[in-house]
Amino acid sequence: MKHGEKNIIFGLYDDEEDLKRAVIKANEDHLQIMDVFTPFAVHGLDPLLGLSESRLHIGGFVYGMLGTLTAFLGMTWIFTRDWPQIYGGKPYWPILSFVPITFELTVLFASIGMVTTFYIINGMGPGVKNPVIHPSITDDKFCIAFTTDGHEHGHVDKLRHFFQHTGASLVETKTI
Amino acid sequence: MGSGPTSPIREPLVKGHKTYHQITEDLCSPTERAPSRAWTLAFIVALSALTFGVICIIITIWVGIGTWRLNRTIGWGWDITNFVWWIGIGHAGTLISAILLLFRQKWRTGVNRAAEAMTIFAVICAALFPAIHVGRIWVVFYFFPYPNTRGPLWPNFNSPLLWDLFAISTYFTVSLLFWYTGLVPDFATVRDRAKGFRKRMYTFLAFGWTGAAKHWQRHESLSLVLAGLATPLVLSVHTIVSFDFATSIIPGWHTTIFPPYFVAGAIFSGFAMVQTLMIITRKVLNLQDYITLGHIESMNKVILVTGTIVGVAYLTELFIAWYSGYVYEQFAFFNRALGPYWWSYFGMMACNVLSPQLFWSKKIRRNVTMTFFMSIFVNIGMWFERFVIIATTLARDYLPSSWSFYVPSIVEIGIYVGTLGIFFTFYLIFVRIAPVVAIAEIKHILKGAGDQYAKPNAKSTFQQVESGNMELKTAGHGSHHGQDHH
Repeated sequence: MKHGEKNIIFGLYDDEEDLKRAVIKANEDHLQIMDVFTPFAVHGLDPLLGLSESRLHIGGFVYGMLGTLTAFLGMTWIFTRDWPQIYGGKPYWPILSFVPITFELTVLFASIGMVTTFYIINGMGPGVKNPVIHPSITDDKFCIAFTTDGHEHGHVDKLRHFFQHTGASLVETKTI
Repeated sequence: MGSGPTSPIREPLVKGHKTYHQITEDLCSPTERAPSRAWTLAFIVALSALTFGVICIIITIWVGIGTWRLNRTIGWGWDITNFVWWIGIGHAGTLISAILLLFRQKWRTGVNRAAEAMTIFAVICAALFPAIHVGRIWVVFYFFPYPNTRGPLWPNFNSPLLWDLFAISTYFTVSLLFWYTGLVPDFATVRDRAKGFRKRMYTFLAFGWTGAAKHWQRHESLSLVLAGLATPLVLSVHTIVSFDFATSIIPGWHTTIFPPYFVAGAIFSGFAMVQTLMIITRKVLNLQDYITLGHIESMNKVILVTGTIVGVAYLTELFIAWYSGYVYEQFAFFNRALGPYWWSYFGMMACNVLSPQLFWSKKIRRNVTMTFFMSIFVNIGMWFERFVIIATTLARDYLPSSWSFYVPSIVEIGIYVGTLGIFFTFYLIFVRIAPVVAIAEIKHILKGAGDQYAKPNAKSTFQQVESGNMELKTAGHGSHHGQDHH
């Protein structure tokens, strides 16, 4: 979507139920949906769009383990190799004392890692300007967008007809 | 519809027959209109307090810790009292946004945004105290373990004070990320309504959010995992703060009850501060349809439960001190209750244990004025609790020859006032810039919890009027009190 210009046609629906019905209809008609935009997370939409479950949490686990290892191995190295020191008669390798910091760094690494990954894979970040298809999408409208590039001439009319048929309140073409 | 079926006995969480567009209007408009007189006045007061605080901090750094009235016996006074108090206040935000998310408590959506903001500001205020109480703030980076030219010399990983550093840094970072990620879709909403400079500002803040289905899916996944991570985190933070005391050998501190008791107290004071702020915010910004009496009642229930836990902890401490047969422990508690600081102990007991018991009454739980005053009491009580634990315990140590008394200096009071100033200045800026209630989340629950969708109770439904008196309405008539907006 961000790479180069493309021509799209989109329709806005007033209600998420209308949107879901329209997506089902588009699947039946074998229309290739480019993307769906909603003002809030609409549940039940992902299977209709064929979106597989997000794997972000796997990333979270990996980052978390990285934090666990960094903290535990780091403290172990410092206390047993780099500068062994006796504190109050405790052993050089006081595993229980490492628990709080190990836990905190696990959470810290997992959170920072996941959030950073989230923004990168979404193509988002401070000051990034992704094209806004219609300002009402972040307000109260539910949008289905199709690309019109690389299709035969009658395709746009077919899509217009689809939007009319499924009750879109606004249909527009746009270059983004 | 994502939010699933709602029990008919549940009170609607969004009132006034809102449409999606009205929600946007209601929640964005406070950031779009010129600041009101009340806001400007409050901002001036908060900024003055902040300035006073900054001056006192400069005096502390310039002249030294000697400007505080700490002494050889009482090494921790208002500094650590305020630190623990602020950290406690910072606990409600994550509790509301994380734990209540995991428990699927939909009423969290009305208050989570402001509570999370409050958490962040409270943690900033808290973190200030450990930083300045070391005296030589210019070497405060010695706290952190990093390869250095002093050996390298590392901090002591056995020390709860170091754990605390990690806990608080992590807590601040995770809260900030969680809060901001939740804000991004709402910044996009404001961006798409804005013009000129504001448009540029919100374009920057919204990070290029489009509302694409996949992005929402990831957003939900991220929020859920962050909530899962933040839940043990929030419990760990105050547990570790309590270790600062519990791992010492001071009678009255060296107790295993501290972690749960501190966590309960933190949630207790945090919710009280949320109440204080939300009651003012909903009134000033006209958000009564989103932060309803139902929300206030739910929070009061949390205050009642946690207040009672804290009360049980106080009594348990007394019992165990007696039962232990350990004279130093017994004396510590005798001294707390009847020693030179008896008034702070009784202030603590009255505000934290007795006053929340009023919330057994539904009428009081749903009374806005009462709730407001109660929330102030609880905050005072929780401040006293920390003062009792810290200063009064230290004032009477093992050696009677070292017994001492402590009153804060103007500099110490000034720094405390300054943190209140920081907190309220940030909060007031926040309500001007960001939607105080999570717009996308309210829209998400609208069809499950909006008053036009939620089915009235099968028998009858209580409709609440702002003044606090109840009116019985029969079901089916579905009358709503002139809430037709715009």
